[in-house]
Amino acid sequence: MSTPRLEFRNVTKRFRSSKGAEPITAVSELSFTLADGEVVSLIGPSGCGKSTLLNMGSGLDPATEGQVFVDGQEVVSPNEHVAFMLQKDLLLPWRTIRENVEFGLEIRGRSGRERKETAYELLKKCRLGDFIEHYPHQLSGGMRQRAALARTLAVDPAVLLLDEPFSALDAQTKMVLQQDLGRTLADTGKTALFVTHDLVEAIALSDRVLVMSQRPGRIVEVIDIDIPDRGNPMERRKSPKLGPYVAQLMDLLHIGETIE
Amino acid sequence: MSSEPSISATRRMTIGSVLLFIVFLAAWEWLPEALGVPQFIIPKASRVWEESLRMWSRDRLLFHTGITAMQVLVGFLLGMLLGMLVGFVLGMSPTTEFVLSPYILALQIAPKVAFAPLFVMWFGYTVYPKILVAVLIVFFPVMINVLGAVRAIDPDIVRLARSFKASRVQIFRKIQFPASLPPFFAGLRIAATLAVIGVVVGELVGGNTGLGYLLTFGEGSGNTAMVFVAIIMLTLVGIVLYGAIVLIENRVLHWLPSRARTA
Ligand SMILES: Nc1ncnc2c1ncn2[C@@H]1O[C@H](COP(=O)(O)OP(=O)(O)O)[C@@H](O)[C@H]1O
Ligand SMILES: [Mg+2]
Repeated sequence: MSTPRLEFRNVTKRFRSSKGAEPITAVSELSFTLADGEVVSLIGPSGCGKSTLLNMGSGLDPATEGQVFVDGQEVVSPNEHVAFMLQKDLLLPWRTIRENVEFGLEIRGRSGRERKETAYELLKKCRLGDFIEHYPHQLSGGMRQRAALARTLAVDPAVLLLDEPFSALDAQTKMVLQQDLGRTLADTGKTALFVTHDLVEAIALSDRVLVMSQRPGRIVEVIDIDIPDRGNPMERRKSPKLGPYVAQLMDLLHIGETIE
Repeated sequence: MSSEPSISATRRMTIGSVLLFIVFLAAWEWLPEALGVPQFIIPKASRVWEESLRMWSRDRLLFHTGITAMQVLVGFLLGMLLGMLVGFVLGMSPTTEFVLSPYILALQIAPKVAFAPLFVMWFGYTVYPKILVAVLIVFFPVMINVLGAVRAIDPDIVRLARSFKASRVQIFRKIQFPASLPPFFAGLRIAATLAVIGVVVGELVGGNTGLGYLLTFGEGSGNTAMVFVAIIMLTLVGIVLYGAIVLIENRVLHWLPSRARTA
């Protein structure tokens, strides 16, 4: 077996509570791997440690115990193999869309020409070709989030960590962006770990869905999504297999049990 | 309905304000007289104009205005740089701010112009006490605004930069500095008017140069028109400084959504 692209090996994360009392265990002895080119979703009740896991993966917040590996190399600090994207677009208002996309490349000291070329290419792909020199406040929420995706892709990371990137968007914009993301991930063959609250989104976009428990977060179930054409989430949404997967996830997350 | 005023609307507004100014001058010229207000209380507009010409040739009006303007500018620039520097340092170091906050608060509450006599005692009848009052008075709005701006930056933006392996210097240059600029300029606008106050109080307290000196001189000799001229010149100094700031601000902050830009 080849080395996994991304591996969480027995990671535990504890946060010191402010009063110096019992530390909070956000995630506990959790292990999973992502193979190259795999897209995996993480779902679970809020506060179960999904964001915490992504932060560990990005190297910004190391695990208390255990290790994270990218291509077999331990992640101990931010590194060029991983890039993240959040629900907030985090675009800098004083930069044009192009300059925002160039942000990561600029920090890494790439030449102006190379940055510009990369930004143009990605913005065209993300259907923002007409807004290259606009400022973020001139764009809609969906367009801003597409720009954020372009910024994430610009640094050409091996692994994308996506933390509920579409949860602030309206239902239709969301579907369009899911389609963009699904196609981009399939085209580029990137590996992605995707956190979402939206069960259908998780199923439509991923090869596998990891279901987490209440805090301290553990993985309670791994569901392989056996629907063809991962690069086309719109079509996958229409698949008759989708319903049973949603039902299964609802059961696992105990959604609706208290309503009866 | 269009949100931007059309060309003709803008022209109408300009004509309106010019007309208003003429009405104002006319009222100043004739209204006090009609109401029986004596000239030593409110001198006529034409009298003030004549006085300004007399002061120009006899009392070195230009020289005194220049001295005041220079002190305002130097005090403003020094106070601005100091305010910016301390604002950034405190903004990035909550510990330092915590330790220093009682002193900063005390100094902020203390009326800065009250330091003028003290500075005159220290430095004599020179330009330094006036500049120093201006520095002190300009420092706070700039410092507070820069500090607040640095604090208000979304930590996730800094984390994003760090995930790209940004250095401390890069985070400052690419995030903290540009993010601080809108509040910084808002602080500068306030500081511009305060700087003039600081310098004038310094001049009132002691010395024989500057518009503040002409103010006291006019008062001492019962020359109301002279006092009026000095006040007008001080206002002009303030307007020039304020205008320059707005001009630079519009260039630097061109990216701001126009509705967030206060005219
Ligand atoms: N910096 C922190 N300090 C203390 N507790 C934290 C911190 N970050 C997260 N937590 C706690 O860890 C748990 C998991 O948080 P998070 O990973 O954000 O959950 P989610 O699954 O909703 O993304 C939560 O209970 C949260 O309160
Ligand atoms: Mg979260």
